[in-house]
Amino acid sequence: MSADEHGSSGWANITRRSWLKTLASLPVVGVFFYNFLKKKAKDDQVQRAILDELGVVERGPAIIPDAVSRPPSDRVRVGIVGFGYEGEALVRNAGYAHPDWIQESRDALRDNPGDRRLETYLNQEDLNIEFTGVCDLFDVRAQRAIAASQTEVTSGESTPRPPATRYHRYTDMLDSGQVDAVIIATPDHWHTRMTLDAAERGIHVYCEKCMTRTESEAHAMYDAVRDSGIVFQLGHQNRQSESHNKAREVIAADILGPITLVEGTTNRNTPWGAWVWDIHEDASPETIDWEQFQEPAPTKMAYTPERFFRWRCWYDYGTGLAGDLLSHDYDAVNQILDCGIPHTAVASGGIYYYKDGRDVPDVFQVVYEYPDRDMTLVYSSTLANGADRGLQFMGHDATMRVSGTLSVSAERDSTRYADKIESNIIDPSRPMFTYRPGFRGIDAVTSATEQYFASRGLLYTYRGGRRVSAYHLMIKDWLDCIRHGGTPSCNIERGFEEAITCHMATRSLLEGRRVTWDPVARRIV
Amino acid sequence: MLIALQLAIGWHFLYEGLAKILNEHWTAAGYLAASQWWFQSLFEKLATSPGLLGVVDVLNSWGLVAVGAGLMLGLLTRYAAVAGIVALALYYIAAPPFAGLTYAMPSEGSYLVVNKVMIEAFALTVLLVFPTRGLFGLDRLMSALRGQTLDTAARVTV
Repeated sequence: MSADEHGSSGWANITRRSWLKTLASLPVVGVFFYNFLKKKAKDDQVQRAILDELGVVERGPAIIPDAVSRPPSDRVRVGIVGFGYEGEALVRNAGYAHPDWIQESRDALRDNPGDRRLETYLNQEDLNIEFTGVCDLFDVRAQRAIAASQTEVTSGESTPRPPATRYHRYTDMLDSGQVDAVIIATPDHWHTRMTLDAAERGIHVYCEKCMTRTESEAHAMYDAVRDSGIVFQLGHQNRQSESHNKAREVIAADILGPITLVEGTTNRNTPWGAWVWDIHEDASPETIDWEQFQEPAPTKMAYTPERFFRWRCWYDYGTGLAGDLLSHDYDAVNQILDCGIPHTAVASGGIYYYKDGRDVPDVFQVVYEYPDRDMTLVYSSTLANGADRGLQFMGHDATMRVSGTLSVSAERDSTRYADKIESNIIDPSRPMFTYRPGFRGIDAVTSATEQYFASRGLLYTYRGGRRVSAYHLMIKDWLDCIRHGGTPSCNIERGFEEAITCHMATRSLLEGRRVTWDPVARRIV
Repeated sequence: MLIALQLAIGWHFLYEGLAKILNEHWTAAGYLAASQWWFQSLFEKLATSPGLLGVVDVLNSWGLVAVGAGLMLGLLTRYAAVAGIVALALYYIAAPPFAGLTYAMPSEGSYLVVNKVMIEAFALTVLLVFPTRGLFGLDRLMSALRGQTLDTAARVTV
């Protein structure tokens, strides 16, 4: 023991030896920071080199079409036809939630603090609309719509509103003088007739996808909307997705090189996801206007509740996977690539799992050719498996995967990135570019089907890091154009492309042959 | 050997913390959400709440830096070791490698009950039982300034 480590306190008794012991670890600290700074400099250099090469940044899209908020000056009176699952969601996202939904969301929040449905709803912008009319052929749903119309919830407090008027025929609502704009959320077999009638009266239309049930309807709808000058929006809410808008930037910067193959997929593995929707306990010929429901359907039959509530399972009312889910993936691809209607389509599929009397396939594939772009688009789907296969754009230089997160990975044998791969700046086994919109945490999404929709940007997206309903933005976009002019993000041109592309697949499947789009005659042949 | 152990653990903590701070995409959300065992619901709650998650992320990353710096500089070593053990214990109970629990993210090795997190926690406990403050670091200087004897701990290691 040495004397310097004893005795009185203070600086006086700190010897040279003591200082050396005190600072003994400094060389190690120095080595740490030397290595740390060296690694950081190397990592920064690699990242800069990649981003310089790509010409994009790992931030939100620079420009999101139609995302500029404009004051909702004039109050727009809105009516709805069809207040089922989708119709209720649309009206809620326009500011009118059913009281039961509010209560369910509060309960869900209490059970799970991560449930952000209510927060998203309460934070959404007031679109300044008046919910004035509803037409639904099922009494229970019509009453539910009226209840929703009376409750405008903002900042958590409920304010009583005048009830919407129920109309038993949609034409009565269009003729009432009480609606400036109408949301059509009925089964597909009604879309065209309703849009034509609304356009004739100068009433703006927000129509759910698939735009039409047949090719001839698509032509009729296109002509009616174009000639009337109404503002038409097709309900593909993926148009509002931040990831999809970022994906457009990636394409514009030509990061992927020549894209020869795009693959869109749908895998769902629940009865709900296969359209085996609930038959309401109060459903009966007395509460449902069945005859009116089947008016435009090719086949007429006696009241069948399965057909009323699970209409997507039959070609009389829709086009199955083509109109429901291929339409989403196609519209996303069309949004990102501006690829338009393909030259040819070959489809196949079958009813392999849900042998419940449906006549639309539950496993369905289609291959589209775009010879002008040297590109094939493949869509593949099954309703009896839930594997996440995503949406992928495959280029010679890189692959882009688009879902809630957008990622781009270089191709090992890329021409463009060969030097950077060789010099270890780009690692093909890892994404060289990732864009994750919004909140960094985990969003509480409950069901498998909701996870599917969320992964496709169909439930919500982000604006400035804040979660916003994609439905809300889509309706807001439509209302903005009604008030101030402009073109909605999924206008009749995009809607026509969607309808024709889906019908090419359906025609190919049903006729067992390859079909071609004739761009001059504007016909599927 | 004790000094080498302390510097190695400090190095590990300091770099873990700095790496998280410098990565703007880093968040504990994925780790917390994948939690298993008794505390699963608590960790899931942290992962799904933006406010709480923000606090957890800051506490975790800067906490790692503080513990790492403390161990490497020999400053407040005792508190740094205790905080390090608490952090490691939390990591362990969030995702213990017990038989019957499976995790989506593969680990880099194979573990049953004992994993590297637990071993690192035990190593920090060794530093608590056999303190190095008499051997090196700013703690030694502070003790000397207070006029305390410094060779007690040193003798243990000789």
